[in-house]
Amino acid sequence: MDWTALSVSLWLGAGTVAILLPFGIWGGRLLAVRDFRGKLLVEALVTVPLVLPPTVLGFYLLVMFGARSPLGQAFQQVMGQSLPFSFEGLLLASAIANIPFVVQPIQRGFESIPADIRDAAACCGLTPWQRLVHIEIPLAWPGILTAAILTFAHTLGEFGVVLMVGGNLPGETRTLSVAIYDRMQAFDDRSAGVMAATLLVISVVTLMTTTVLSRRVVARRG
Amino acid sequence: MWSRAVADQQLSVRLRQAGPIPLDVDFTCDPRDVLALFGPSGSGKTTILRTIAGLYRPAEASVRSGGASWVDTERGTFVPPHRRSVGFVFQEYALFPHLTAAGNVMTALGHRPRDERQARAMALLAMVHLSERAVRRPHELSGGERQRVALARALARDPAVLLLDEPFAAVDRAVRRRLQDEIDELRRTLQMPLVLVTHDFEDVVRLATHVLVIERGKAVASGPVTALMSRPDLPWLGDAFGLGAVFDATVTRTLVDRGLVELSFDGGTLLAADRAPVLGAHVRVRVPAREIILATRQPEALSLHNILPGTVSAIHADAGSDHAIVQVAVGRLLLLAQVTRDAIVRLQLVVGMPVYALIKSVSIDVLAVRSNAG
Repeated sequence: MDWTALSVSLWLGAGTVAILLPFGIWGGRLLAVRDFRGKLLVEALVTVPLVLPPTVLGFYLLVMFGARSPLGQAFQQVMGQSLPFSFEGLLLASAIANIPFVVQPIQRGFESIPADIRDAAACCGLTPWQRLVHIEIPLAWPGILTAAILTFAHTLGEFGVVLMVGGNLPGETRTLSVAIYDRMQAFDDRSAGVMAATLLVISVVTLMTTTVLSRRVVARRG
Repeated sequence: MWSRAVADQQLSVRLRQAGPIPLDVDFTCDPRDVLALFGPSGSGKTTILRTIAGLYRPAEASVRSGGASWVDTERGTFVPPHRRSVGFVFQEYALFPHLTAAGNVMTALGHRPRDERQARAMALLAMVHLSERAVRRPHELSGGERQRVALARALARDPAVLLLDEPFAAVDRAVRRRLQDEIDELRRTLQMPLVLVTHDFEDVVRLATHVLVIERGKAVASGPVTALMSRPDLPWLGDAFGLGAVFDATVTRTLVDRGLVELSFDGGTLLAADRAPVLGAHVRVRVPAREIILATRQPEALSLHNILPGTVSAIHADAGSDHAIVQVAVGRLLLLAQVTRDAIVRLQLVVGMPVYALIKSVSIDVLAVRSNAG
């Protein structure tokens, strides 16, 4: 059992969720309540990481992060290290790869709030910010929760993007799913089996948590 | 608590727009008045209400409440909904499903000090007779109870204007009556203009003091309900509800043993078969046009209770209809009688002619009891 890899995986999952949730709430709400020019294009772009093969996505991210790209150069200057094959780079790649998993459920969550409820909140004297915090986020909560858990679970299992952008550096970019592959290549079936089982258990537990939590929300609202 | 001067609380609204929703209205509503925006669905009534609240922005609009300008497209002013002092009761109530009844009301109490809110919310719920339901969530409440929570929430803001969008559309008839009486009572305690959207003329007759009849965003008739209901040239007004004069009267005698009450109006009295109203109560009365018989001489030996002497003040006959509507002035009251064209010819009815209006006591509808004048 590669505990370092498990820790990298868990940190990567938690970090991705932390980065993406605020963005997902902003973007998901925007797509849910506003009509603007180019909305279809934005919705398509947001969904692209879902349909693209992870290796293709990884390839483009690698190009984007590289020393010759403006992003790569800027990161190098500020942080004194390069983006590819670092935990930070992996985190950024993971965040981009997970955009559809966070935006779509949150968008559905905000879409499920009737327009009258938002209007009523305004007529109650709540400022836009108060409306978001006291009315809209609590009502979109099942969607937000689904987004967080899907993203977390999906990050644990991501393989292609991780390998392309992060490589296989122990303690830095070697996640559990990469470690399993690594062990299999070395004919260490036993270690691979233990780690695969660990990932399976984590996934099942996360999904069960979602079900229980969202059931509780539904029971409270009838 | 409701200490705003009446004079500077008038609501005045002027809206104009060619599309997408055509609008062309200009009206005012005084504190304590209930203005009904009446018309078929899709006529733009709700849009007018939403514009007053700031939820819709038409091309040309001017909305003033008291001294404050809420929107003025000419000067480019627009006050967002959360900074307008409006109470809005939505058609489907739009209660916050994740909050209790008290929580819903407290949401609208942000302008009050934090430590007062709980007590104030409970007081408002008590006012709408929902104290025992304070900790229930909307899905645990009946339709009528939800409607009351919505009303309490709308009043919680201490609004300068109360707006009601089809407030009775989703409740059954019995609940409807009770809610109408409650709103009527509130109207008299609270000094604020009340604007009501409805497609049901019964709501107008029971609750409103003034009415604006709207078709495709345009006002086609307006005025006090009683004045409008005694106009002979608007027969379609009564289409849904039945044509007939509506007026306010006072109960001056109760004849319990005979099952009758005496109603006094400006210019005479009527006997109505109704036991409900108490002595001194102010009531709104409707006399259906088709229930009135006209006579040119005073008849005798009839079972009839009401034989009112009056004068023909107008005759309106629509081309292509066998009916005519005769307006009869009894004192200052204007009654409407629906008769055949044949009857007009036979009695040789002309404007200015003295007639007797014959009305059975059971034909008189005592619509709403109003313990106060209004």
